[in-house]
Amino acid sequence: MPTPRLSITLIQRPFPRIVLTSLWFGLLSLPLMMELKAPFFGLERPLLVSAGVAMAGLMRLAVSQRGGPGAERVQRMVGSIGGAVRHLTEQIDRRVIYVVAVASAVVIPLSLNRYHIDILTQVGIYVTLALGLNIVVGLAGLLDLGYVAFYAVGAYTYGLLSTRVGLSFWEVLPLGALLAAIFGILLGIPVLRLRGDYLAIVTLGFGEMIRITLNNWDSVTRGPNGILGIARPRLLGFTFSSPIDYYYLILVIVLLTIFVVDRLNQSRIGRAWTAMRDDEVAAEAMGINLMKAKLLAFGLGATWAGLAGVFFAAKMTFISPESFTFFESVIILCMVVLGGMGSVLGVILGASMLVILPEMMRQFALYRMLIFGGAMVVMMVLRPQGLIASSRRGIALGPKDRQGSASAAVTSPQKMG
Amino acid sequence: MLRLDDVHAHYGMIHALRGVSLEVKKGQIVCLIGANGAGKSSTLMAVSGLLRPNAGRIVFEGDDLAEVPSHAIVERGISQVPEGRRIFSKLTVLENLEMGAYTRTGEDSIRQDLDWVFGLFPILAERRFQMGGTLSGGEQQMLAIGRALMARPRLLLMDEPSLGLAPKFVETIFEVIRQINTRGTAILLVEQNAHMALSIASRGYVMEAGRIVLEDDATSLMVNKDVQKAYLGG
Repeated sequence: MPTPRLSITLIQRPFPRIVLTSLWFGLLSLPLMMELKAPFFGLERPLLVSAGVAMAGLMRLAVSQRGGPGAERVQRMVGSIGGAVRHLTEQIDRRVIYVVAVASAVVIPLSLNRYHIDILTQVGIYVTLALGLNIVVGLAGLLDLGYVAFYAVGAYTYGLLSTRVGLSFWEVLPLGALLAAIFGILLGIPVLRLRGDYLAIVTLGFGEMIRITLNNWDSVTRGPNGILGIARPRLLGFTFSSPIDYYYLILVIVLLTIFVVDRLNQSRIGRAWTAMRDDEVAAEAMGINLMKAKLLAFGLGATWAGLAGVFFAAKMTFISPESFTFFESVIILCMVVLGGMGSVLGVILGASMLVILPEMMRQFALYRMLIFGGAMVVMMVLRPQGLIASSRRGIALGPKDRQGSASAAVTSPQKMG
Repeated sequence: MLRLDDVHAHYGMIHALRGVSLEVKKGQIVCLIGANGAGKSSTLMAVSGLLRPNAGRIVFEGDDLAEVPSHAIVERGISQVPEGRRIFSKLTVLENLEMGAYTRTGEDSIRQDLDWVFGLFPILAERRFQMGGTLSGGEQQMLAIGRALMARPRLLLMDEPSLGLAPKFVETIFEVIRQINTRGTAILLVEQNAHMALSIASRGYVMEAGRIVLEDDATSLMVNKDVQKAYLGG
C-alpha cells in the first residue's frame, strides 16, 4: 500500500491519532502543572492529563467501531448532551457572559503582582495586534508578513511627536492610528494585483524597509540608539506610571478593538472580505469592488497596529528598531493562525497563549522555544483550522426572518438530493 | 436589451472569441450551444466584464459596457450563474444569498426576493445556516442560481446550469429557469444539453471555434439537420 505522507496517514489512523492528541494535551498542561521543586518535577500531573485524554479517545473509538444499536445509542446520547450544553449556553444571555468576562479582566489583576500584570499588558498589546492582523489575513485572506511595520509606525509617531513636538499621548493616539492606516493603504496600492506567495514576499519586504529606514535615518530616529524619554500618558492630572495603570489603559484599547473588529466581522464588508477570500472572481461577479475591499482591509488592519504602537511607546518610554523585527510579524501571524483565522475569540486565545506559554516555560531555559515550536507543529497538524474555528451565519437577514414568512419553508419536509 | 457586435477576446495568446455577434431581447430566453472550447463561457465572461474584449462592442440597454468595471455591471442589472458554480464555501447558504444582493439596498425588497428564492428551492431554506461548501453538487447549483437571482437581474447569464447533475435535478433546474423567465427576466443560457436548452429558449445560437455559425428560432434549430447531427444525437 502506498503511503502518501506520513503526517496524513498517522492522523487518519485512530491509534496514532489518539496517542498524538493525548501527548499534545499533556504538553499543553506542562507549564501549568509542572513544578521544579516537586518530586519528579511534578511530571506525573501532565502525564495524568495525557492518560485521561487517551482513555477518552479509546472509549470513543471503541464505541464508534463496535457499531450496532448500542453504540448508536451512546453516540446519540453524547450528541444530545452536546446539544443540551449548546442550548444552555444559548439560553444564557451573551451580555451576561460579556459582563462576567470584562469584570474579571478588571478585578483579577488587582490580586496579581507586577510581573504578572506586565505579562497581561503584553497579552493586551498582542491581542490588539493579532485582531488587527486578523482583518487582513483572517477575513480578507491577504497574507501579510510585514505587519509589524505599522506597529513601528504607531510607536515612532508617538516617540517623535512626544519628544520633539511635545504632543500628548491622547493627541497622538488617533494620529498614530491614522498614520498607520495611511501606511497600510500605501502598502496596499502596489500589491493589489498580487496574491498568496507573491503578496507575502512583498509585504515582508515592506516591513523590513520600514525597520531599516528607522535604523538608518539617524537625524530623525537616532537609528539603533532609539528614542529615549518618551512622555507617559497623563489624564486629568494623573500620570500613568505603575504596571496596573498601563494594564487598564490597554484593557480599554483591547475592548474597543474587540468591539469594532466583531462589528466589522459581521458587517457587509466583513462578508465581502470572506467572500473575496473564498473566490475573488465570484466575489467580483457579485459586485464587490475588489480594489476598495482590499485597501479597506489593509487600512483597517494597520489602524490597530498603530494604536498598539502608540501604547507600546508610552509604556516603555523607550523604543528602538529592535522591537520591530520580522520575527514579531511572524509571531503575530502565528497568533492569528493558531487561534483560528477569522474568529475573534480564537485570535484572543491564540495571542494569550503565545504570550503566556513562553513566559511560563522560562524554567526550561533554552529548550522552551524548542518545545514551543514542537507544540505549534503538532497543533497545526491536528487542528489546522485553529483552536476556535470561525463560525458564521447570515446576520443581516438571519435573526429576523426566523419568525418571518420564510420560516414556513424551513419546516417543509420536501427533500432533494 | 443586450447586443454583442463582432466581439473579439483573448486569453493571453489564445484567440477565444473571433467576432461574436448576438442579441438578447427583453424577456427572452436565448441559448448558446456548441462543443467544449467553442467560446460559450468566454462570451458570458465578456458580458459580465471578467474577460475584456479587444475589439467589438457589448451594449446593454443602450450603454457600452467596455468601460464599466465588472463589479459595477451587476448594479446595471446583469448577474451571472458562473461555470462550476463558484459558491462561497466558507459562507453560510444565507450569507451566499446575501452576497448576491450585495449591491442592492432596501431590506424589505431583498427579504421578499429571499422568500422567493426559498420558494423556488425549499432545500436552501432548510440548509440556510449550513456552510456553502457542505452542500451537494445539485444544491450548490441551486445556491448559485439563487445567489444570482438575489441581485434581481433584468438579464441573467447562466453557464451550464445542468452540468454534472442527476437527470431529476436537471428537470428541476430547467423548470426553475422557466419560472424565472415568467417574472420578465431575460436569460442568456449556455448549455451542453442542447435539447433541453432549445426546448425552453425562444432563440438559439450555435458556436464553433469562437464564432457564431448558426442562429435561428429555437424551434427551427431543433429540426435543423446539422444541429440534430452535431448536438442532438441524431
